[in-house]
Amino acid sequence: MSQTTTIPASAKTASIKRFLPSTTNLGAKLPGMARSAGITLASMLLFLLIWQLSSSYLYSVEAESRIDRVLAEQGPEEAEAMRACIASGDISCKPNTLPSPAEVVKASQLLLADHRTISADKAEFKAKTAGVNAQRKEQGLDLITYTGRPSFVDQIFTSLKTVAVGFLIALFIAVPIGVIIGLNENLRTAFNWFIQVFKPVSPVVWLLLVFMIVKTLTLGSDSDTSFLISAVSVGLCSMWATLVNTSVGVSSVNKDYINVAKVLKLGIGKKIFKVILPSAIPLIFTGLRITVSVAWMVLIAIELLAQSPGLGSFVWEEFQNGANDSNAKIIVAMFVIGFIGFLLDRVMYYIQQSVSFEKALS
Amino acid sequence: MSTPIIEFRNVSKWYGEGENRTEVLSNINLKIEEGEFLAIVGFTGSGKTTLVNLMTGLLEPSEGEVLYRGERITGPAPERGIIFQNYSLLPWFTVYQNVALAVDQVYPDWPAAKREEHIRRFIEMVNLTPATEKRPKELSGGMKQRTSIARVLATDPDLLLMDEPLGALDALTRGNLQEEILKIWSANRRTAVLITNDVDEGIFMADRIIPLEPGERSGLGPEYRINLERPRNKKALNTDPDFKKVRTEILNYLVQLGEAAKMERDESLALPDLQPIQPGTSSFGWLRRAS
Repeated sequence: MSQTTTIPASAKTASIKRFLPSTTNLGAKLPGMARSAGITLASMLLFLLIWQLSSSYLYSVEAESRIDRVLAEQGPEEAEAMRACIASGDISCKPNTLPSPAEVVKASQLLLADHRTISADKAEFKAKTAGVNAQRKEQGLDLITYTGRPSFVDQIFTSLKTVAVGFLIALFIAVPIGVIIGLNENLRTAFNWFIQVFKPVSPVVWLLLVFMIVKTLTLGSDSDTSFLISAVSVGLCSMWATLVNTSVGVSSVNKDYINVAKVLKLGIGKKIFKVILPSAIPLIFTGLRITVSVAWMVLIAIELLAQSPGLGSFVWEEFQNGANDSNAKIIVAMFVIGFIGFLLDRVMYYIQQSVSFEKALS
Repeated sequence: MSTPIIEFRNVSKWYGEGENRTEVLSNINLKIEEGEFLAIVGFTGSGKTTLVNLMTGLLEPSEGEVLYRGERITGPAPERGIIFQNYSLLPWFTVYQNVALAVDQVYPDWPAAKREEHIRRFIEMVNLTPATEKRPKELSGGMKQRTSIARVLATDPDLLLMDEPLGALDALTRGNLQEEILKIWSANRRTAVLITNDVDEGIFMADRIIPLEPGERSGLGPEYRINLERPRNKKALNTDPDFKKVRTEILNYLVQLGEAAKMERDESLALPDLQPIQPGTSSFGWLRRAS
């Protein structure tokens, strides 16, 4: 019979509640919130404990093997000296393994301090070159830019910029194509194998493919193409979820709405923009949310390989560097990557909620 | 006699092909005259919606033809407006926008101010002015159906089709809306076709009632003329001898047909020859016994 009336009342109120500010029952919720906060805190502490224990275990294993090696190669006296050196915590003989939480905290402070130094350096450089640059600008010459090492914070922003460009590329490719193939069943069939085959391809391979193409296209220009390569690769890797969701959303519009469009004889443009797209928007945004997550995840791997600046190359350089605090810095980067990914997902979640507001309640 | 506004000529409609073919309507012949209010009553599953969709043009007959003013119907058009049973309002639009979608489409040449005035007039007509800026989710079932009615009437259709428009509403709202639809209809006396499963509703509203046979391969039953004076009063009708007589006749006809249809289907079904699987005796039983 009627589809609208068969929605159970409980489901309706549940979905309404989700959107209402829960100020009214905050009091009733408070114990629950306190409990879940407590559980979260306890599990974090447990995590830190396990981390601490395993890092100290790995530290001792590494230390023992180092002493044994010295013992075998240079004799007992040198081994004793090594044992003493390790016990004293001297940097020259520190075992290099999984860093402890304390070391990671220290490394993060170091990175921040480093950022401050570099920012100060940059500001100084800017002040110094301001006059010269003004002259050069008048003469139509290239400006003198700061070419020093980027700080960790700079790398984060570079990565965010890359992922934003990649996301926009995915958006502008996947949504229009998704709409077009959603509208036409034959096109959907034609694209199906393409999507099925290329969706599972690894980010690394996409990077190589993009590299082949961009390299040829930018022959003769000496600009830095690594940013372009990584942004395009990120876009290509992450667009599939949006492409599939858009085509599904467009092709599965409620038949009643289509009938309204048919009876009113709406033109194709009106039909798409007033009936089909509004109906598909919740699914499209679900796809975009997945796309953002995937884009951020593959970005690190791609930056690492493409040698384009960003968190990925930061991690790789630190690994190659092999300094005493390199491992700790890698772990800092890991947390930062995870946290930013979490924030991006949250942002997309709220956008998704706000656009699917109408649909969820109807 | 003038050309009927809708004419069914030997129309049959089936879904599927070959063994899966289900014939819903069989050999329908029907003429709907200009200005009349026709009600078609039938049980659920007798093909009422199929019948109305053949008139809108959303469906094409498998056999025979449906004519609109003497011309074959090839697709839907706003001149044959339909009120859907499940309202079919677009949830992302407000009441105003839902009506505006139809008005903008049908009167694209009108100046914006005239269109707006027109839209507001029809929203007023169905008593929804306070809800103009509300979205369907904020409306009750009755209000949704009023919006849907305003949307159709605002396009001034030549033929008004109603596919169980009040089927999903409670009895009180139903009664109110019946009277409102009649009031609006009698204001300009367009041709109207009401599809319903409620015989009383049909008698109250229509000039002519045709029952639809239940079950597969439905055909149309004999027509019943309702010669009750308009405007009709619901309370008075209940004691009117004519009303009672027609009502009994139609109900008897439908019930009798329903019984016949049931008898027809009363065949014993062949049960599959299966033995229940007992726990422990399945093919994996040896595994358990071995261990």
